Amino acid sequence: MSNYDQMWKELGLDLPSHEGLLNFLGEAYQGIYLTQKNRPTGMAYFDFVISEVHGLRIKEIVDARKAGKKGIGTFCVYVPEELVLAANGIYIGLCAGAEVGTPQAEQYLPRNTCALIKAFFGFKLANLCPYGEVTDLIVGETTCDGKKKAYEAFNEITGKVHVMDLPNTKSAEGRALWRSEVARLKEKLEAVTGVKITAERLAEATKIVNDKRRALQRLAALRAAAPTPISGLDALLINQVAFYDDPLRFTEMLNKLCDELDERVKDTVGVAPADAPRILVSGSPMAIPNWKLHHLLETSGAAVVGEESCVGARNYRALTPEKFDGLEDALTKIAERYLTIDCACFTPNDERLENIVKMRDDLKADGIVHYALQFCTLYTSEGFKVAKELKEFPFLRVETDYSMEDAGQLKTRIEAFLEMVRNRKK
Amino acid sequence: MPRIGLDIGSRNIKIALLDGERITVLKKEPSGFDPMERCRRLLAELPAGQITATGYGRHLAEKDFSCATVSEISAFARGARFFDPTVRTVIDVGGQDSKAIRVDGAGRVLLFEMNDKCAAGTGKFLEIMARALEMTMEEFGDPLHRNESRVRIGSLCTVFAESEVVSLIGRGADRRSIAYALHDMAAERVSSLVGRIGVEPSVMLAGGCARNPLFAELLAKRLGTPLLIGETPEFTGAVGAALTE
Ligand code: SF4
Ligand code: SF4
Repeated sequence: MSNYDQMWKELGLDLPSHEGLLNFLGEAYQGIYLTQKNRPTGMAYFDFVISEVHGLRIKEIVDARKAGKKGIGTFCVYVPEELVLAANGIYIGLCAGAEVGTPQAEQYLPRNTCALIKAFFGFKLANLCPYGEVTDLIVGETTCDGKKKAYEAFNEITGKVHVMDLPNTKSAEGRALWRSEVARLKEKLEAVTGVKITAERLAEATKIVNDKRRALQRLAALRAAAPTPISGLDALLINQVAFYDDPLRFTEMLNKLCDELDERVKDTVGVAPADAPRILVSGSPMAIPNWKLHHLLETSGAAVVGEESCVGARNYRALTPEKFDGLEDALTKIAERYLTIDCACFTPNDERLENIVKMRDDLKADGIVHYALQFCTLYTSEGFKVAKELKEFPFLRVETDYSMEDAGQLKTRIEAFLEMVRNRKK
Repeated sequence: MPRIGLDIGSRNIKIALLDGERITVLKKEPSGFDPMERCRRLLAELPAGQITATGYGRHLAEKDFSCATVSEISAFARGARFFDPTVRTVIDVGGQDSKAIRVDGAGRVLLFEMNDKCAAGTGKFLEIMARALEMTMEEFGDPLHRNESRVRIGSLCTVFAESEVVSLIGRGADRRSIAYALHDMAAERVSSLVGRIGVEPSVMLAGGCARNPLFAELLAKRLGTPLLIGETPEFTGAVGAALTE
């Protein structure tokens, strides 16, 4: 029994199954995270956040809602966080990274739907996700086909989905459409929160979001050091937590951690041997608690030095300008910032190839693992383009889901890949 | 000290003993329920040597015999180049998975591809289908089926292909033409895997399926290149493991 039972009950969670889920999570975290050696002490904060993932953070949000704030759920890095904060909303990433409620989800979705979509449905239908329950509005977007259709069904179940029409191309018409969609979201948020979004509020919110991005950029840059001062697993966790933690506190704690990492880099202290193959992971997002690939890579001797992903660089690469000339200008600048994101749902999407090459060079990666969720047409397709762009550079394509069934086979491929990378380095 | 390569697969354990560059012992046994026990027995029959393990069970062996390990991919690359130094492309169609490997002149891996979570195009697929047709592996892989290529199987998935086979039998289709179609389907799968790394001669077919003449013939045809097949293709991994530094 935990002291949150009452709260969870009020949120309508299935208590026995929920307890099972938390136990499972705790064990996974113990086995995957707490067994790592030589972790920075600043990770203690993030360990704490995880141990309270359905506890304290939910309580904070519940309390904030009682005080009049609104919870705004999102699934995609195209949904402008600045707007949510300017409306005094709490920004909550709802993507899910564990196989939960699959049979229930398959009542609404075809079997060949990617694990991420199935999981957010599964969590909802199995009554296991308190985050969904503390939202007043859920913002979807027309990115991939799977999500588009999923939002229709999700709205039937929850009745609180607002879908942003994200264009497929970055043409002038596409930009105009997106600009108007950002304005439409502003109105929706105002209606839900009762807060008028002004240029001043947007400037304040932008500062908060940019500071978070700067801290994440700082972490990313520190990982370029050899040996790398922090494991890929820990860095991935931080990037996952960025989607639902309180932004001010998150930024402060991450900057503290980065101070510690600065020292480590100065003293050439690392978490992996200096000659460990440095791997850049690229592709589909890894929502919490999806730690599968990083775990397999790092227990096979690799050091993961970057994530070219939404849970990673796509989230923090670009800052939003902080000076606005009135509300209309603010909305335009915010809309434009989001269209710099290089998701595979756009065509063409050559920026992504350039960004991958740049990250590889900046992070001095020895190899790239391209990660695509099974049935994700967008990223599996781009995997071929990336392979071609990288020519002879060590490249491994992985297509998988959240289950551990293929862990043995993946481990074989990963070990072979690392052997190959090591041979090349010699 | 002689070197021992231990390839612990899902079906069989293969063991190779090398004295310098000379193979002195090759042995194969079913993995059974307790593969480590089998390994211990097999090892007891050999002189002491420096052991390297590969295959699915390599990490079990690492614990039990505190030996080195190497992935199947690197092991197959080394083993193939040992059998024929001209090899640049190695194809291994094993029990659970299939792989295509590009190697350089020194037997180092340059590039590889492996099938994803799917049994079609692996040895297991062919075994399941032989069983569905109630044929032995020899009957199933008979190259003479090539004269009976009259049916087509559309399903890419083992489960669906199996039910398609059942319905074909039900409709009275000739078992030999079904066998042909199934081999061709597996060959198509494997050739598309190889296509991802490109076909650079010489090309070697290793692993258990190299002993299936119909499969080898159809794969060669699809790839448009002759295939080198050694005398002991199923030991490629074990020999490669033994050769690992
Ligand atoms: S991969 Fe694309 S669609 Fe998915 S969350 Fe990221 S930006 Fe959004
Ligand atoms: S991983 Fe791919 S299929 Fe899944 S939600 Fe993201 S873009 Fe869509």
